[in-house]
Amino acid sequence: MHQHTGAPCEPLVKKGDRVLVGQKIGESKAYVSAPVHSSVSGTVVAVEPRQHPALLRSVASVVIESDGAFEVDPSVKPRGEIDSLSRDELRQIIREAGIVGLGGAAFPTSVKVSPPKDKKIDVFLLNGAECEPYLTADHRLMVEEASDIVHGMLALMKAVGVEKGIVCIEDNKPDAIDAMSKAVADFPNLGTAVVKTKYPQGGEKQLIKAVLGREVPPPPGLPMDVGVVVNNVGTAAAVAAALRTGMPLIERVVTVTGSPVREPANLRVRLGTSFRELIEQCGGLSEKPAKIIAGGPMMGIAQSSDEVPVIKGTSGILVMSEHDTVLDEPTNCIRCGRCVEACPMFLMPLYIRMYAEAGRWDLAARYSPANCMECGSCAYECPARIPLVQWIKIAKAEIAAAKGGR
Amino acid sequence: MLTFAIVVMALMGVVFGILLGVAGKKFHVEVDPRVAKVRDCLPGANCGGCGYPGCDGFAEAVVAGKAPPNGCKPGGPSTAAKIADVLGVAVAAAGEREVARVMCAGGGTCGDRATYKGIPSCRAAVLAGGGFKSCEFGCLGLGDCRRACQFGAISMSGGMPVVAEDKCVACGNCVKACPRGLIALLPESKGIQVACRSTAPGAATRKVCKVGCIGCRACVKACQSGAITVENNLARIDPVKCTLCGACVEKCPTRAINDVRRALEERQAG
Repeated sequence: MHQHTGAPCEPLVKKGDRVLVGQKIGESKAYVSAPVHSSVSGTVVAVEPRQHPALLRSVASVVIESDGAFEVDPSVKPRGEIDSLSRDELRQIIREAGIVGLGGAAFPTSVKVSPPKDKKIDVFLLNGAECEPYLTADHRLMVEEASDIVHGMLALMKAVGVEKGIVCIEDNKPDAIDAMSKAVADFPNLGTAVVKTKYPQGGEKQLIKAVLGREVPPPPGLPMDVGVVVNNVGTAAAVAAALRTGMPLIERVVTVTGSPVREPANLRVRLGTSFRELIEQCGGLSEKPAKIIAGGPMMGIAQSSDEVPVIKGTSGILVMSEHDTVLDEPTNCIRCGRCVEACPMFLMPLYIRMYAEAGRWDLAARYSPANCMECGSCAYECPARIPLVQWIKIAKAEIAAAKGGR
Repeated sequence: MLTFAIVVMALMGVVFGILLGVAGKKFHVEVDPRVAKVRDCLPGANCGGCGYPGCDGFAEAVVAGKAPPNGCKPGGPSTAAKIADVLGVAVAAAGEREVARVMCAGGGTCGDRATYKGIPSCRAAVLAGGGFKSCEFGCLGLGDCRRACQFGAISMSGGMPVVAEDKCVACGNCVKACPRGLIALLPESKGIQVACRSTAPGAATRKVCKVGCIGCRACVKACQSGAITVENNLARIDPVKCTLCGACVEKCPTRAINDVRRALEERQAG
C-alpha cells in the first residue's frame, strides 16, 4: 500500500474479497500519492503488515492468492488517442493508473507532470541514462519497445504542456540509441541526446546539466525551476500501456543479476512477485548469496530476506556472493579530498562525516547533508574505505529529527 | 635614555589603567548574584540531562524562572533544596529517585536476520535496513546508550546494556540515544517491568524471541491493583498503581515481566 514517495494508500479490499487484474485495491486522498492495483486475479487472503523492500519495515499490504486465470477487471479499457484527450484528462489517467517514476525513486508521475502555472517548462527529458552498474532494464526496454516509449513520452509531454522532447541515452548503449533515434524520427519536435557513460549520469539534476548545461538550484530547487521535467523511459512505457490498453501500472521490467545468478535476465514482472520466485525463474543461485539488493549496487537497498515483493520502484534484484561483498576495514580520514571531487552535488562528505561522528549535528548541518542524494560516489572513491554515505544518512536523520523538535 | 623609557612605560600604564577603569564602570553588566550561587549548588557534571547547555545554562534558566529548581536530576532532592534556599522558594516534595531501565530482555539471545557490516552504532544499523536483529523492536547491542552515558553507569554484557543503578543519575541521555526507545526512567523501587517493547502480534513475537511480550493478558488477570493494561499486543505496568506483589511475574508465560530489584539484590547477595 506504499509503493511510492508520498502518502501511503488505504486498502480498499478486505480479507475474502475477490479481485481482478487491474482492479484498484488501495487509494489515498493525498495529492502526492498513487493508487495501487491488483496484478493478478484471485482472492484476498490477508490485509496485514509485511516487510517492505525499500522502507525496510513492515507496511500494510494486501496479500492476494492468484487463481491463475488473470481475469481482467472491466474498468480496464483503452483510453483513446492522445490528440482526443485534454491535459487534465491525461493527468487524471496517469494518476488513476497509479503511475510513478520507475527509475527507482517512485515519485508519483501525476504530480511531476502538473508543474505550478508560474513555472515555464520548455524542455522534456526522457531519462534513458541507466547509470547504475549491473542494471539493464531500461536499456532492454528502449531496444524492444521504442515505439511504446515514444507514445508515452508524447502523452507525458502533452500533460506537462511542453513542445520539445529529448531522449537521453548513455553512449555505452548504441543499440538503444539506434532504436530510439528511429522511433523519434517521425516527430520533428523530438530528438535524442547521447551523453557520456558515467555515474551518476542518470540522476535527474546531473542529466539536465549534461544535456542542457542548466544547473538545478540546491533544494528546494527542482528541475522545473530551470524549465525542465524529467521522466524515466519505463514510466513512459507504462503511460503508453495505460492509454492503449487501459491497464494500470501492475508490472515492470526488473533486472535479475549478480554473480551467483545462473541465468541473469531482464524480466517483465507483475508487482507483488517475490524476489525468491524471480531468482528461481533465473535458474536459481549457484552459491549461497551473501547479499540481496533491491536496485543497483550503488544506491540499492540490501534485503534481509528474499520473501519481499517487487514494488513499483524495484528496478533490479542484485545478488552478491561472499566474494563480491568483501569490505576493507575503514581507516582514518587523511583529508585527501577525493570525496569532495567525486560528489556530483558539490558537497564535502568528509566534514559531514567528521561532525556526525562527533555528534555535532549543528555543525554537520552547515555542510548541507540534506542535498546528498546518496549516490555513493564518495564512499566508492574513499581510499580509507569510510562508509561516508551511511554517516551522511545518520546526519540527515538526526538533523531532520532536531528540526521536528524531538 | 633608560629613565625616558621608564617614564613612558609608567605614563602609558597610568593612561591605560584609567581607560580600563572607566570602561569597566561604563560597560558594567549586571549579573544576578543568585546565578553564581545556584551554579555552586550544582554537581558540575554538565551532563545536559536538564535540557540546558551545561550547569551554567541551567543555573541561568532557574534564576530566570524558566527551569524548575528540582530540574537537576543528578543533583537529586538535596540539590533541589539548596537551590530553593538560594531562590527563597518552596520546592515541591521530591519524587522518588529515578533510574534508567532497559525494556528488552531478548536482545542478547535474539537471532540475526542479516549480517551488518556498517558503522558500529545502533542508530546507523537501524537506518541501514531497520536493524539486523530478527526482532524489529529489540536491543541491537551496539552500545549507543553506553557511549551516551557520561556517568559510566551502562556497561554491555552478553549483547545487552546493563545499568548500574547506583551510578545512574537519570539524566536521560541514554533514553535519547536509543533508536529503538528501549530505555525508560522509572522510580527506583518499582522494579517490576515488562521488559519488551514489541507491538508485533503475539505469534510473530514468539517466533523471534523467547522472552518477548505476546500480549496474552495473563498479567492483566493476575493483577489485583489494575496496574496493567495491554495495548497493541504489549503489556504496560503503571508504576504508580503497581504494589510490587509479583503476581504478574509468576503468571507471565514468556517471562517478559521480571523483577529488576529482586534480580539485583540476588546478584549482590551472591
